[in-house]
Amino acid sequence: MDLSAINPVLLIASLMVAATPILLAAIGELVVEKAGVLNLGVEGMMIIGAIAGFATAVETGSPLVGFVAAAFAGAALSLLFVVLTQIALANQVASGLALTLFGLGLSALLGQSYVGIRPPEMGQLYLPLLSDLPIVGPILFSHDIILYFGIALTAAVWAMLKFTRVGLILRAVGENHDAAHALGYKVVRIRILAILFGGACAGLGGAYISLIRVPQWTEGMTAGVGWIALALVVFASWKPWRALLGAYLFGGLTVVQLNLQAAGVAIPVEYLAMSPYIITIVVLVILSADKSSAPAALGRIFHASR
Amino acid sequence: MKLTTLLTSAAMALGLATAGVAADKTKVGFVYVGPVGDGGWTYEHDQGRKAVVAEFGDQVETVFVENVAEGPDSERVMTQMALEGADLIFTTSFGYMDPTINVAKKFPNVKFEHATGYKRSDNVSTYSARFYEGRAVQGTIAGHMTKSNVIGYIGSFPIPEVIRGINSAYIHAKKVNPDVEFKIVWAFTWFDPAKEADAAKVLIEQGADVILQHTDSTAPQAAAKAAGDVITFGQASDMSEYAPFPRVSSIIDDWAPYYIARTQAVIDGTWSSKDTWDGIGAGMVGIGEISDAVPADVKAEALALKEKLASGEYHSFTGPLNKQDGTPWLADGETADDGTLAGMTFYVEGLEGDIPQ
Repeated sequence: MDLSAINPVLLIASLMVAATPILLAAIGELVVEKAGVLNLGVEGMMIIGAIAGFATAVETGSPLVGFVAAAFAGAALSLLFVVLTQIALANQVASGLALTLFGLGLSALLGQSYVGIRPPEMGQLYLPLLSDLPIVGPILFSHDIILYFGIALTAAVWAMLKFTRVGLILRAVGENHDAAHALGYKVVRIRILAILFGGACAGLGGAYISLIRVPQWTEGMTAGVGWIALALVVFASWKPWRALLGAYLFGGLTVVQLNLQAAGVAIPVEYLAMSPYIITIVVLVILSADKSSAPAALGRIFHASR
Repeated sequence: MKLTTLLTSAAMALGLATAGVAADKTKVGFVYVGPVGDGGWTYEHDQGRKAVVAEFGDQVETVFVENVAEGPDSERVMTQMALEGADLIFTTSFGYMDPTINVAKKFPNVKFEHATGYKRSDNVSTYSARFYEGRAVQGTIAGHMTKSNVIGYIGSFPIPEVIRGINSAYIHAKKVNPDVEFKIVWAFTWFDPAKEADAAKVLIEQGADVILQHTDSTAPQAAAKAAGDVITFGQASDMSEYAPFPRVSSIIDDWAPYYIARTQAVIDGTWSSKDTWDGIGAGMVGIGEISDAVPADVKAEALALKEKLASGEYHSFTGPLNKQDGTPWLADGETADDGTLAGMTFYVEGLEGDIPQ
């Protein structure tokens, strides 16, 4: 056992990378659920974002254009969910599951000609002086721009929900859509916008995996990250900063357990491998012991005639 | 009435016609654990399948199913293939061992070929390649090339095939560089690019400047390329898109001659159950071109070792060798027998850490 082989600075830097796809998807889903809609299609939207972003980045040579395309692709797939649940008033759980299956299949089809190709590389942020600082430099100032975008998005969503009128309306729609409707708010329109936002975020998260974290395209490469993001939203009690904490905890433990394995720690590998799931859930459950609960209208179908 | 009769007879004629065609053609099925585009293990099996098609043309019909999970799902896929009239089915991953045996019991007339396993029956053959011979060559290059003396190894599952590879690479790295140390990470997957990339990054962060992988995707190669000063080896396939650096050489599986021979045996009716375990000498294991990133003398040494392995002059597991706990295993000059190698569940002396159960 040789714990000194683990470099804490590099560990923190790489856990931030591992956490970002989960964070992006979770923040998107959090907004969707705050509006009272349960979209279980996160995994499907992520993988569509992964292939759309990858294909676009390869064709145009620009990872940033790829990310934009991924956001649009995720939102486009969520449009299907919109049609099913907001217009056809179908069951949200079933529609969400269908979206995941559809996304996985469609991405495999679209991605056939992109297997084994290397995408253009995303440059890392480099600030003279700041990036050269010891410890703080590698942790805070030398990542790709999407990672910072994820953190900024968390802050923006938190501020939007807490301080702005838009956030208040969104929460009202999620808590009691009949009351919101009676007050004259366009419940369906607000929900559609929230779902599209969630789709775009999931798409970005997927592209982060295929363009930065791995980076390559392979079928089914999101490998369950979407489901983890969904679970995080619940365990984070629908609070953005807790979702960030949960994502970093999960990403961190995933990286830490590999580090411990490589350092030869005498804990059976099986326990190490399951630790991210267990510890993340336990910590968030303890945190959510306060009164916060799910949006009251979560998963309920709204129809203006009632 | 008349129309119905017409349709029925047409359908019958069609059915007969199809049956007639099917009887002429030998149908060969392949069950793959990853996508054919993984650039590694499954890719090479599919190259073998294509070689069968090229060799026999209209005489054979091949079908394959990719991304088949090890376990019950594979049993379903094999059953489906057998029901659709496959004469010969290649199941190409260790985890298909029990499912292959189970399905083979139900279809005694269908021949099965299971890769890397050890359970056989009247209609189940096993075949594998002596990848550990290739690992010996890799270990030699790795031992010379490492500057940090730390070599990272991404294991998939703790099965004999993988453990043999780790031991063989370690023995030969140690031989040319006594200070070398192996860091081993178990990914518990054959194919998960994100996890493989993470594992590679972790090993690099902990000082490894050589990464050996026993997983199937090219993700570790990409991670090594991003790190800049780390070398890798292609696994199962050449992975030449990462040559000449970080990928400095590779182990290439060449299944084509075997697949062609076994298909021929089924066509001729001479197929019988047997165990095949071929190495560099028989051409089942190839060593990918050693790139210019490797110094000429190291390259020459590696190629000389390859020749000795191919001719049988040298065995990868030649004593004196001790097991990890220090107990003697092979005496000076003694070589390991195939039985011990096939069931190898121990590290050799010098390797650290425990093998997960």
